[in-house]
Amino acid sequence: MIEFQLDTASGVATYLQLVQQVHQALQLGILEPGDRLPTAAQVVAKLAINPNTVLKAYRDLEREGLVRPRPGQGTFVVGTLPRSDPAAQQRFLASMTAWLSKARAAGLGPDDIEAIYRTAVRDEFTEGVA
Amino acid sequence: MIRFTWMQFRVQALVALSGLAIIAIVLGLTGPNLVHLYDTSGITTCGARGDCSAIANGLLSHDRLLQDLGTVLLVVPALIGLFWGAPLVTREFETGTFRLVWTQGITRTHWMAIKLTIVGLASVAVAGLLSLMVTWWSSPLDRANPNQFSELFAERGIVAIGYAAFAFALGVTVGLLIRRTIPAMATTLVAYVIVRLGVTKLRPHFQVPITLHEKLATTAQGVVENVPGPGAATPPHLGDWVLSSNVLDASGQPFNPTKLNCSVLVTPGGTTPSPSSAASACLPRIREYSAGLRQVITYQPSNRYWTFQGYETAIFIGLALVLAGFCFWWIRRRLA
Amino acid sequence: MTAVIETNGLGKQYGRKRALQDCTLSIPDGKVVGLVGPNGAGKTTLLQLAVGLLAPTTGSITVLGGHPGDGPAQLARVGFVAQDTPTYAGLTVTQHLRMGAYLNKNWDRDLAESRIHQLDVDPRQKAGSLSGGQRAQLALTLAVARRPELLILDEPVASLDPLARREFLQSLMEIVAKDAVSVILSSHLIADLERVCDYLVILVGSHVQLSGEVSDLLASHWRLSGPRRDPASLPSNQHVIEESHTDKQSTLLIRTDQPIGDPAWSVKPVTLDDLVLAYLSNPHRPAPVRQPHLGVVR
Repeated sequence: MIEFQLDTASGVATYLQLVQQVHQALQLGILEPGDRLPTAAQVVAKLAINPNTVLKAYRDLEREGLVRPRPGQGTFVVGTLPRSDPAAQQRFLASMTAWLSKARAAGLGPDDIEAIYRTAVRDEFTEGVA
Repeated sequence: MIRFTWMQFRVQALVALSGLAIIAIVLGLTGPNLVHLYDTSGITTCGARGDCSAIANGLLSHDRLLQDLGTVLLVVPALIGLFWGAPLVTREFETGTFRLVWTQGITRTHWMAIKLTIVGLASVAVAGLLSLMVTWWSSPLDRANPNQFSELFAERGIVAIGYAAFAFALGVTVGLLIRRTIPAMATTLVAYVIVRLGVTKLRPHFQVPITLHEKLATTAQGVVENVPGPGAATPPHLGDWVLSSNVLDASGQPFNPTKLNCSVLVTPGGTTPSPSSAASACLPRIREYSAGLRQVITYQPSNRYWTFQGYETAIFIGLALVLAGFCFWWIRRRLA
Repeated sequence: MTAVIETNGLGKQYGRKRALQDCTLSIPDGKVVGLVGPNGAGKTTLLQLAVGLLAPTTGSITVLGGHPGDGPAQLARVGFVAQDTPTYAGLTVTQHLRMGAYLNKNWDRDLAESRIHQLDVDPRQKAGSLSGGQRAQLALTLAVARRPELLILDEPVASLDPLARREFLQSLMEIVAKDAVSVILSSHLIADLERVCDYLVILVGSHVQLSGEVSDLLASHWRLSGPRRDPASLPSNQHVIEESHTDKQSTLLIRTDQPIGDPAWSVKPVTLDDLVLAYLSNPHRPAPVRQPHLGVVR
């Protein structure tokens, strides 16, 4: 069974951290189709978070087609995530290295690049109004 | 709620029961001895011999310590008011537990009703048992020296039940208003004493007393005795409660021979020869004054004793009920 | 949406002292509500009005549609844990549970006993000799085993050490997950707010400063930083909550429900902690306007 952690300093919303941890677990093979996710009561008894947060995360996962609730029994994993393709990872690493050299040549330091990276990740992966 | 009240009250009930048990044992051990003393003292036949007061004094001086046992009936109601009444609500305020118990599944008025009833009944029961024990144990002494009506009214009979009910209700009321235990106990004590003294002052007037006018006359041997007036009520006997006994002259003033301005020694009905002739004018005035003297006695006859016990008990129980009603009304107002 | 607590112009006055004024709230059910504010702001007053320990001086309050404290039926629907978790020091844990059974019709004896068992507390121990954390858990058990629809907790963790505090919140969240009770939790500490609460009411100086769903509040408050600017020059749909200026730079915390178009600003989201701190340090007296989500108009 997966055990959730919470990083309060990361600035990432709690429910999102839960979703991400399920994604990672699926990718690493810790969770497989047929496995049961912990109940909201079990999660909050350890993390002391609002149960609605857990329910929201599980609903998001259901919408992504990764899990499905069975009434009276719990929430079960039904889908998989494509294991990230090593070749694709290499391609993106190469294009990122190229991009970094150009940014450095333009005078950007590690902190600027970090800020740009965080903004871009946030805008790409989170919901929200800006 | 009844079971919960009992859970909170257990220790206090135990203390009271232990106290009653100790008193019961002491009285039980000494009571029969007292009865035996009474029976062998010859007091039942003392009238013929005329030594009644001597025998009575002998009986009464037998055990000074236990005789004052009746004072326990004076003290216990006050203790009930202080230790069962005042802390009933103040303890909940001081520890904050009222915020716990008044948000449970019963209303405040329900809570108050059960608390008042259970602990109130316990108070009345304690006072009742104590009254019974003390009255039973003292009956030989009381037969020898029947002053229950006059001096020991509060220490005999059923009045202690009324006192206890009142003291308890008073303690709860004061506690509800003052909310701190020690000040509530002090105030309860003061208020209780004031009311008890007040009713004691009122007691002679529960019924119109019998008034007796008796002329004072001198017999041939020079002994002054009372002569019953026409249509007289019976004079008081042993056991009646004499309220007042005054010698008045013909004009209704208290006996005061100096008014006559005679420089002779005057005793009612008697004369002493005076040295001067001017004084001889005194003698007729003295005789006239003496002839007008009478003794006025007011008293309550002993057959009214139980009626008076009933009145006083009813007064205190009535006061207790009024205070209880106030407590209900007060607790419905929202408190912090 | 049914409201667990509805107040309308609610106020409480003691002599000259106004403990609560102009309180108009509509708190939805099914939430864990955080009632935040400094000491003396009126949190305890509001909660005691909700359970019927106090009566309003002005205005009205309804709880679960009923009048607070009115009769056993209403009392049974609301569980309360007062500040400093009062218990009877001379009674044992078991006796406290018996009290619960005697005084409450819906008492869930199995729940109460299993919770006490889980807490690893000797049930024969007197409540006076329990630690602060154990007493808080006992008080929570007493409130929860009554099976209320609404749980009201007045600063339950304020005087607990961090471990006891964490364990208390774990217990509380587990109860919410299992029983679907609504919870109102008051605190003058703002740590742990974001992980536990999904609805917030901020009370400062006896007035409500802000009330609303946490997700709405986070979506409508932003930190703007940029070149020095007079806040009065901002568009009218942007309400400044907090501002600080240097000679060259301005940083503002604003509330708005419109997109921020001005490219001169660097716009960052605000954490709940920062949002609450901003309101606590910049209190104002809002007009009593009822709004379904955001209860404050500046």
